[in-house]
Amino acid sequence: MAEKVLMKGNEAIAEAAILAGCRHYFGYPITPQTEIAAYMAKKMPKIGGTFLQAESEVAAINMVYGVASTGMRVMTSSSSPGISLKSEGLSYLAGADLPALVVNVQRGGPGLGGIQPSQSDYFQATRGGGHGDYHMIVLAPASVQEMASLTVKGFELADKYRMTSMILADGTMGQMMEPVSLDFEASQTVEKPWATTGTKMSRPHNIVNSLFLQPDELEKYNFERYERYKRIEETEAMCEEYMMDDAEICVAAFGIAARVSKNAVDEARKMGIKVGLIRPITVWPFPKAAFAKAADKVKAFISVELSMGQMIEDVKLATSCKKPVFLCNRAGGMIPAPEQVLASIKEAAEIGGAN
Amino acid sequence: MSTKQFLFSGFGGQGILFAGKFLAYKGLLDEKQVSWLPSYGPEMRGGTASCSVILSDDAVGSPIVSAPDVLVAMNLPSLDKYESSVVSGGLILADSTLIERKVARDDVKVVYIPATRLAGENGIPTLANMIIVGKMLSELNDFGDASIEAALAKVVSAKRADMLDANRKALKLGAEYVGG
Repeated sequence: MAEKVLMKGNEAIAEAAILAGCRHYFGYPITPQTEIAAYMAKKMPKIGGTFLQAESEVAAINMVYGVASTGMRVMTSSSSPGISLKSEGLSYLAGADLPALVVNVQRGGPGLGGIQPSQSDYFQATRGGGHGDYHMIVLAPASVQEMASLTVKGFELADKYRMTSMILADGTMGQMMEPVSLDFEASQTVEKPWATTGTKMSRPHNIVNSLFLQPDELEKYNFERYERYKRIEETEAMCEEYMMDDAEICVAAFGIAARVSKNAVDEARKMGIKVGLIRPITVWPFPKAAFAKAADKVKAFISVELSMGQMIEDVKLATSCKKPVFLCNRAGGMIPAPEQVLASIKEAAEIGGAN
Repeated sequence: MSTKQFLFSGFGGQGILFAGKFLAYKGLLDEKQVSWLPSYGPEMRGGTASCSVILSDDAVGSPIVSAPDVLVAMNLPSLDKYESSVVSGGLILADSTLIERKVARDDVKVVYIPATRLAGENGIPTLANMIIVGKMLSELNDFGDASIEAALAKVVSAKRADMLDANRKALKLGAEYVGG
């Protein structure tokens, strides 16, 4: 195994993207993800790649569209307000079935909001963000190691399913340093016969396009796309279960909220409260099966979020509201303390009749 | 030691983040699980800067240090802000060149070290941070370890090899400081 190095989450994303074969990065600086662009600016010219600081987020995402059309691995990164600007492009990427990696290191919103960590772009990420019927594969890292490994995974899934993968991180994940091993297996690649790489006078033209004026034709593409989404939901959902075997209370949390919640779960266990944690690693597809299974065993769920309560809706849907789901949250750039989560666990244990 | 939580705090430019990074690397080389989390708010630009470091035998949960075992306070606002958060029985190291008041609590160990003055007197004016770290490591009986040298090599840029000696000197000055 390769030596572990200390890296910021943002730098780990950038290095992992390069290791995954990404040679084109387009972006526009915004806190708290600017280290990704800085890293790419330093590295890309040395390895024959392209780093380009675009004139705006809108320009950057359309440059991503251009490179994605040629079948090469490409990415952009931003933070919440910048992702809103990119949303038109995200919809076009979906409409043209192009693979790309987009990183959102979330900060507090709405509007320009603040620069501290947040998870309040969950709806935007898991429901598509732009207009039209579409999804992105959304990966939610909870460590610097996962910032790296899910970046590689994101490129692979994007290629495999011809769609955008999003890394949904937050300011804490972007800024913190942890040991990381960058010892990845050679990244899987796929043939891209659809790519616009020149016909060499030997095949018909490939056309990349999201405009279909005949509604029956457009409907057909939508149905096909949702068949693909169904396969993804069946096969690609990922989560980590922590102390769920005998749990009577289930905490649901991703990213930094899951890290905080783990401390609270450990404390509650010391007090004899049977509580566990399900940490979605993909938030789309949401790990529905794990929650559905838990709903038959536990007495209550607690969704811990850095938002006004967004993932809680997916927890309710996945469990068909069989058990009460409580919200434990902070917003606007604040992070719940383990004590706050612990208080919620105790409360749920009393209401839910557990313990 | 299963888990030890450190909070470094001071004003921007004192090398707060660097001190934390050195400790995190030392932890990594000592085969601990480690995390390092800086404050990155607008306060960094000229105001207070802080950074959380956790060294643990087990996987690190939350990387946010809200109740430090060890507080390094390099200016008065830092001591004012974080003094009450230190766990009972914890350790506070205060730069007594810049902090004139004493710590009010009597349930923590306090070390006063005039790090900024020592740094100036010894020709390493930018390394008050590492003087305090040296003192901190000796207080924690963690000084003199081979990982100190290896961690320095990791955090001091290869282009600034001249700074290695300066950092060594700072750590030693701190570790050998008697008084406070």
